[in-house]
This record gives sequence, structure tokens and C-alpha cells, in this order.
Amino acid sequence: MTSISSASPAFTGRDPDNRLFGPLPDVQGEAGYDGDHPARVGFFTDTSVCIGCKACEVACKEWNTLPMDDSHGVRDVIGLSGMSYDNTGQLGANSWRHVAFVEQTRTVDLPMPTFGRPGDDRQDSGRSVTDGPNDESLATAQQSVLNAEALSEFDPQTGQSGTDKQIRWLMSSDVCKHCTHAGCLDVCPTGALFRTEFGTVVVQGDICNGCGYCVPSCPYGVIEQRKDDGRVFKCTMCYDRLTDGLQPACATACPTQSIQFGNLDELQARADARLATLKAQGVETARLYGRDEDDGVGGAGAFFLLLDEPEVYGLPPDPVVTTRDLPAMWKAAGAAAAMIVGVAMSAVLGSRRPR
Amino acid sequence: MTEGIATPGAGWRRADGPPAQKRQKRRRRGGGRPGGEVAMVEEAEFTSYYGRPIIKPPVWKTPDVPLYLFLGGAAGSSSILAALADLTDRPALTRNSRYVSGGAAVASVVFLIHDLGRPERFLHMLRVIKPTSPLSIGSYILAPFSAAAGATAAVELLGWFPRLKRFGGVVAALFGGPLATYTGVLFSNTAVPSWHAAHKELPFVFGASGMAAGGGLTMALSPVEEAGPSRKMAVAGAAIELAAMHRVENEFGIVSEPYHEGKAGRLLRAAKSCTAAGAALTVVAGRRRAGAVVAGALLAAGSLLTRFGVFEAGMASARDPKYTVVPQRERLAARENGHAPSVTR
Repeated sequence: MTSISSASPAFTGRDPDNRLFGPLPDVQGEAGYDGDHPARVGFFTDTSVCIGCKACEVACKEWNTLPMDDSHGVRDVIGLSGMSYDNTGQLGANSWRHVAFVEQTRTVDLPMPTFGRPGDDRQDSGRSVTDGPNDESLATAQQSVLNAEALSEFDPQTGQSGTDKQIRWLMSSDVCKHCTHAGCLDVCPTGALFRTEFGTVVVQGDICNGCGYCVPSCPYGVIEQRKDDGRVFKCTMCYDRLTDGLQPACATACPTQSIQFGNLDELQARADARLATLKAQGVETARLYGRDEDDGVGGAGAFFLLLDEPEVYGLPPDPVVTTRDLPAMWKAAGAAAAMIVGVAMSAVLGSRRPR
Repeated sequence: MTEGIATPGAGWRRADGPPAQKRQKRRRRGGGRPGGEVAMVEEAEFTSYYGRPIIKPPVWKTPDVPLYLFLGGAAGSSSILAALADLTDRPALTRNSRYVSGGAAVASVVFLIHDLGRPERFLHMLRVIKPTSPLSIGSYILAPFSAAAGATAAVELLGWFPRLKRFGGVVAALFGGPLATYTGVLFSNTAVPSWHAAHKELPFVFGASGMAAGGGLTMALSPVEEAGPSRKMAVAGAAIELAAMHRVENEFGIVSEPYHEGKAGRLLRAAKSCTAAGAALTVVAGRRRAGAVVAGALLAAGSLLTRFGVFEAGMASARDPKYTVVPQRERLAARENGHAPSVTR
């Protein structure tokens, strides 16, 4: 095996075209692995079948022996978020899977009367069913027993205005995206973060010196420092299990196959087919997130099928690897350094010599 | 109001309150800014996951990191001044600039190491060299700089090896410029919206701020007849800092907002006052001992406050999902409309 570089392919001389962003057909090869490296693997998280059971979170915590924390990342505290059934809150050093939970409503026009039985409003019915005294007493009984105004908040059947509310729950198991161009990997000054032979991005705990630079460099806010430890932690896609031919713990535990693990190209084909199926069924809002290899991170190793805008789930709508603009930054820094030297020289030369 | 399939997102809204609260709407605060400057930022509508931040705010500690930036800037610019003063035979300015440069360099290393989560592993910084990591490149700038500047200052203090002094001083000066400006890259090469947007300006802000601090400190310490170069560098640095910072604070739409608001806004307003007053006083009274000391102190304080202010503005922009979502939405909308966005973030 040749030397594995933790630097961006742009600086290993192996990639003349797609330097700091854009698609990379062979991520592992760009990182220095031989041609016989395993295929790039990934996660396809199909949120349309997620039931929010959090088996993935539990399996991840158990396998990776992650410490307990509350929804703000405070260690060894049981804390309720108080906003939803999501008490994990976010991805972090101690939560490498996070099931987002969003409750949504929408109002829809239903061509229904507010009271009465189906067919009551039909003009051509032979005998009107509201004529009988029984029906009238039934209606008054309903009125007296049910607080119709309160119920209309919850029960579409008692809505009074002809508009009704629908409710749905969005659940999505978020995870590290194992980006093609990973900001965390690019900025790590120690080489603690590296690209594995599976194309994933992993932190070496014995190298990390806790500089924290990767934390704000992730456009998804995945990697985080464990305060009492000082080092950073994130999803490894169960690197230890992969090397033994096993699937990651979360994908193994998922009861609905919402989390699918496999070779990335196979998953992408499966996701495209799933999206086509959902669209054909009339799920207009379904979309793939992180699937596009021309996006800001060159496509994600872990991508998603979402049912609403990414930011609804706490995902950035258009993430871009921060190093894409690095050449412009180094140019500015060079120009600014030259400016200092220039100003200092003219200040010295322009000043009257003492004595 | 009836929302059907045709509305964006098929009409789905988070079910936790009246419609006004479902889409988070924030209005930028109008008041509280001197001069009655009108903000050119339209109110932003955006969706988030329970208002939680999308990116993780930096875990860098304050005051460690802002102090590191300040000391690195002062050390870098004064090392250049020291080398040039040495070559043009200004002994007192040379000596004082070397002390400032060496002392600030050593102190900045201490703050940088203290900021690490695992300080005992600071040497891991020199394990690899990565052009994509400003912190890696910065380590290879800081290590030789602090060694050379620290050694030069120590030799100056002890009076040993007079010939080595000039060599050490020149080595330090070579790394001084990059040390003062790479920190701008360090900050802007993150996903922090208010830092990343200003990635072409921050190196100039930090470099110029370093000149103001280095010039100010050496001016305050040196006899006025030798401190001409310090005064000129300090005034030029202050002017460039104010101009570059003005761009950062006004050119980037919604992500310029955090530079005006809250703690960051207060720090940066104070920074501007100190820097402008220091520069003015340098021009008016820089040739008098007392004037030079007060002006130098004001310029150093302005530089220090600028670093704290920029740091806090970035932290604020990372904590509020608005600054991540809205610019990215604008970028997507611009792409869909077929023209490039006016600001790349």
C-alpha cells in the first residue's frame, strides 16, 4: 500500500481536475489507496419509512460505548428537550445518530358538511334523513356533550368551517455525511481525521489533539468536541465492523430498512428508484438530499430521502465544503502579508533618520 | 386560509403554535447604532429545526483565541519593524520591537497550546503538513517565528551573540507577515457564515490590525525621535483596519448583521473608537512622549477589541440557524433563476 494522505486530493497530485470540490469518482484512490481497495460504502436513509423508534441511536450508543448526554450535549444528564419526542436534540460527540422529529399540520379543503351524515346534502335523495326527531336529538346531544370548538383543533371530523387540518410526523435519522470533500478532513492539522479504504471519514483518537478546527468547519454541524475529554468524536460508519465484514450497528438495528447500508453506487440506484416510486404515488415533496455529486461537498457518502425542505430537519439547504474558497483566502493572506512588509518599508524609508 | 398541494412544501407547517410562529420571522433591530445608519437587510423568513443551530459553533475558548490573534498580529508586524530598524540603524526601536515581537510570540504560543483540548499533544501539530488546513500551515509559520523572535529577544536581553541577533531578527521578519495574516484564513476557512463570507477581507483586517497594534506598542516604548516608522505604520494600519472592517460590516447582507448586534457590535464599536482616536492622537501628539504612550495604548486596545469583536460576531452567526439557512436559500434561488448570486458565501 502506498502512503495514505489525509490531505485533499488537490495537493497529492493525483487529481488535476476536481481539486477542492466537485465529484470524485474514486475517493479512496484519490486518498492514496491501491486500485484493489473495497468499493465506497454509504448509508441511504429513507425517511419516508422511518418510524422514529430510535433503535439506530441505541444500537450506535451501545456498539460504540458512547456516554449518556442530554439534548444539548451535557454529559451524564437526563434532559428532556421539551419540544417534541426528540430528546437527543442534535448530532454531537456522544450522539452519532440523531432521529429528528417534526410534527406538522396543514389545512385542506374538504367538500364535506360540518354536521350530519354522509349524503345529507344530496339534493336528489328521496327522503331527507334530517326530518325525523331522532336525528335532531342526536345533533343536540352531540352539541351538548362535545365542545365542538375545542375538538375542531384536533379532530378533522368536527371541523366547522369546511376546512380541515391534517397532521403528519416527519422522522429522519441523521448521521455524519462522510462527504466526498469533507471539510473536517481538509482542515485537520494533525492528520487525526483520515479517509478509510471504504471511502468513509474517521477520527483517530490517539492522534487528535483537540484543536477543534474541524468542529466549525463541518457544514452540517456533525463533529463535536467531548468537553471533558478534549478530543473530537463522530460517526465512524462502524469502521471496526466494516473491517470484519459486518454492517454498521444502526443499519443492522433499523426495523423498517429506513437506514440502508451498502455500496454507494447501488444505494444511489436504489434511492433513485424509490424516489420515482414515491413521485408516481403522488408524494410531491419527496426529494433526495446529498445524492447529487455536483453539490457543494461533491456528494455525500450518507444521503437521504426527505419529505420536506432540508432545513425543516435541521440540515443545511445548500452546504458547501469550506475549503472550496481556500485558494482565494490564501491569495488574500499573501497580499495582506505583502501589504504589511510594504507599509513597514515605506514607513522606515519615509522617516527621517535619527541623528 | 387554505393551503393546498400547490403551495411550497405542500402547505405543511410545524404544528406548534399559531401560524405566525410556525415560520420564524425575525426583524433586525433598527435602533442601537450610532449615526442612524440604515441597515440594508430585508427581514428574513426561514425554517429551522426548533431554532437549533445547523453548524456547530467553534469550541475555541475566549480569551485564548482572540488574545492569540492579537499577540500574533502585534508580534508579526513588530518583527518586520525590528528587522528594518536594525538595518537602518535605529538601536532603541530595534531593541523594543524585538522585545514586543519576542514576548508576544512566546505568549501567543502559550495561549494557542492552552486552547487545545489535549495540550500535551501540541507537537502533533507538526506531524503532517497540509495546505488545506490553515491551522497546519499556521503551525509551520508560528513554530519558526516564535523560535526566532523569542531567541532574538532573549539574546537582545542578555547581550549574548550580537552577530546572531540580526540573523534571528531577519528570520522572524520573514515569517512575521504571514503570521499576522494567516489567522484571517484560519477564521474564514470555516462554515461560520459571518467569517466565511468575509474571506477576502479578514486577512487584511487582521494584518492591518496587527500593524496598528505593533506600531502602537513600539511607538509607546521607544524614544520619539526613533519611533517615526512606528508612528507611520500604526496610522497606516489603523486606516486600513477601519476601511477593511467597514467592508466586512456592510458588504455581506444578512451575514454582516452579527457584526452590528449584541456583544460583538459593542466590542467592534469600542474597537473603532479606540483605533480612530489612537490614530488621530498619533498624528497630533505622537511626537511627544505622553502622547505616544496614550496613542499606542489606544491603538493596541483597538486591535485587541477588533479581534474579540470579530470572534464574537462569528460565534453569534454560528449559533443562529438564520445565518446558515437564509444565505444558502438565496444562493439556491439565484442558481434557479440562472444568474450567479451577488455574494458567495
